[in-house]
Amino acid sequence: MAESVIAREGFGAGDAIELRKIGWLERFVGPESYRILRALVKTPVSILGFSLIALFVVVAIAAPWIAPPVNPNDPFSMPRDGFRAEPQPMMSEWNRNQPPLPAWWKPIMGTNQWVHLLGTSEGQYDLFYGIIWGTRTAFKTALIVTFTTLVIGLVVGSISAYYGGKLDNVIMRFVDVMLTLPYIMAALILAAVLTPKIGRSLIPAMVALIVFGWMNYARLIRGDILSVKQRDYVMAARVIGVKDNRILWRHILPNAVFPTLVYASLAIGDVVLSFAALSFLGIGTPTGYADWGQILSFARNWITDLSTYWYIVVWPGLALVLFVMGWNLVGDAFRDVLDPRMRGRGGA
Amino acid sequence: MTTYIVRRLLLIPVLLFGVSVMIFGMLQFLSPVERSALYVRDFPRNDRAVEGIIKRYGLDLPLPIQYWRWLVGKVDSDTGERHGGILFGDFGYSRTASQPVVDLIKQRFPNTLDLTLWAIVPVISVGIWLGVQAAVHHNGFADQGGRVFSIVGTSFPTFVFGLLMLMIFYANLGWFPPGRSSDWASQVINSDQWRSYTYLLTIDSLLNLRFDVFLDTLRHMVLPILTLSYISWATFLRVTRSSMLETLRQDYVVTARAKGLPEKDVINKHARPNALIPVVTVAGFTVVLLMGGVVITETVFNYPGIGSAAAQAAANLDVLTVLGLALFTGLLLILANLVVDVLYAYIDPRLRLQ
Repeated sequence: MAESVIAREGFGAGDAIELRKIGWLERFVGPESYRILRALVKTPVSILGFSLIALFVVVAIAAPWIAPPVNPNDPFSMPRDGFRAEPQPMMSEWNRNQPPLPAWWKPIMGTNQWVHLLGTSEGQYDLFYGIIWGTRTAFKTALIVTFTTLVIGLVVGSISAYYGGKLDNVIMRFVDVMLTLPYIMAALILAAVLTPKIGRSLIPAMVALIVFGWMNYARLIRGDILSVKQRDYVMAARVIGVKDNRILWRHILPNAVFPTLVYASLAIGDVVLSFAALSFLGIGTPTGYADWGQILSFARNWITDLSTYWYIVVWPGLALVLFVMGWNLVGDAFRDVLDPRMRGRGGA
Repeated sequence: MTTYIVRRLLLIPVLLFGVSVMIFGMLQFLSPVERSALYVRDFPRNDRAVEGIIKRYGLDLPLPIQYWRWLVGKVDSDTGERHGGILFGDFGYSRTASQPVVDLIKQRFPNTLDLTLWAIVPVISVGIWLGVQAAVHHNGFADQGGRVFSIVGTSFPTFVFGLLMLMIFYANLGWFPPGRSSDWASQVINSDQWRSYTYLLTIDSLLNLRFDVFLDTLRHMVLPILTLSYISWATFLRVTRSSMLETLRQDYVVTARAKGLPEKDVINKHARPNALIPVVTVAGFTVVLLMGGVVITETVFNYPGIGSAAAQAAANLDVLTVLGLALFTGLLLILANLVVDVLYAYIDPRLRLQ
């Protein structure tokens, strides 16, 4: 059925009209979004980015297999080999509280002795375990925060743009106020306020990032709705008497929402970064929780000895950087594709 | 231009009111006893003292009254002393720092200002230079290199970058230590001969003609400055590049080339000044970014500024102190943004002539 639909792409001289088949995906998302999606899966930069993200998804899913937890009901508390402060070197043997041996270890190394593959951090927390399970923490917090901020931003931005006038003015000034304080500082305060109320967990930091994170989405969707509102088909719908609600939901939003959605999906890297920053500053997660920011904060007491204990910075830092870089690579490719000057050049 | 500036000026009371209400709102999460530190120094010991203080400062009154009292404080009818009142510069008493929040700010803020002022130099010069190079060599080696740099740069969290810098340049090479100054330098600074003119250590050390102290201070500031500025390089690079590319396509650039000007003059005299106008808008954003950046940078490098004070207080859940520091930062940023806006209106002839 889809194959029977044929579109014209540009008018050549005389009769030479190029004909092109349109697939189901293009019919589904529309020509402009389809062009963007196609460019995204064809640029080397974004392919590299997607591969990095895919790698982390695999690690997150396979975490129980890569690094089996001591207590399957509480996998996010990092196993610790005793309570001494000094970090232990890489490949040193487990002495106490050894978690189950991962299935992949014996075939590769030929021994039954499980080691601290990447060493331990301050307090003898196993780094390898923390980094692997930290991937899950990163995805979990990032997805929840991004989704919630996106929904709030979309609702506030749409209301502001659609109703306009005084309400729009009030909402946008409110957004200005919320943007006055630096993001990380505002989130830091709110997390500090909330922690005594609801205890140390992921929640205070997440709530803080949500409360101060939705404004950019609201601004973005507002701008896009304002420009879509001017299009002829919206005017046409209004002329034939379509109700306001239906115009907003059926005609304006579907055409305006795409850039905001993509922007949000790419902001996941930033959210992970901000969350890690908060727990690096000592706000949020309980001590010993598998979370990259906290593992890095353990390094703060060993600054003078970092030449010996380099692994307590390098490995968790690498995980965090690669994770964020994956999203940034895709984001960079996306910025190029969205650039209006690139339009009509067939792909990236 | 007047309408533009007037419009921005009118926004300021709105922002000030909004930010103060936001901070005041967050204060309401604290119990009345904790909020008593806004007005009194000593933590009340027994229940009766607690009740007395709550009564005297109206910590259980309706919110609008409390808000007003938070702004102007309360004058003691016996002694005539004013307690509290952020409008009169009293932000309350910081229990973790064991001193009034205002004194904490007075003590820490010059250090932060010193750091950010120095950071602005590399932020602007390097960022713009990279952007111009990327645009002039569009799609060439410099452009691709800049692109890689900006992706890698934005992916590096401040604290990871800072820790790596410390690992390389302090732990391994021993070049640039963390902190504010070496022990011998602090002794000089705390001695009687030292005179504080500006409280900015780099400038004061020059005015005291102590070049050894100046070099020591600078040595401690190299890594924080680097960490603070690289975050903004990527932003500046991107904005300068796209604005420069846009400008290089303009007719007057073509004209300049056609009349045979050397390429250097075309870029430096005709294209760059015009391309930099949109870059000024980023400057306001950069000030916010810098103030956010100092929180983490100062913490990583053990630098005694306002950011590390805020982070420390927050980690110890001393909310009142954090809120005081945040309020101060908010006021500062509103002012900084106003300056940037006016500057922008002045630089851009299209706005100036309107």
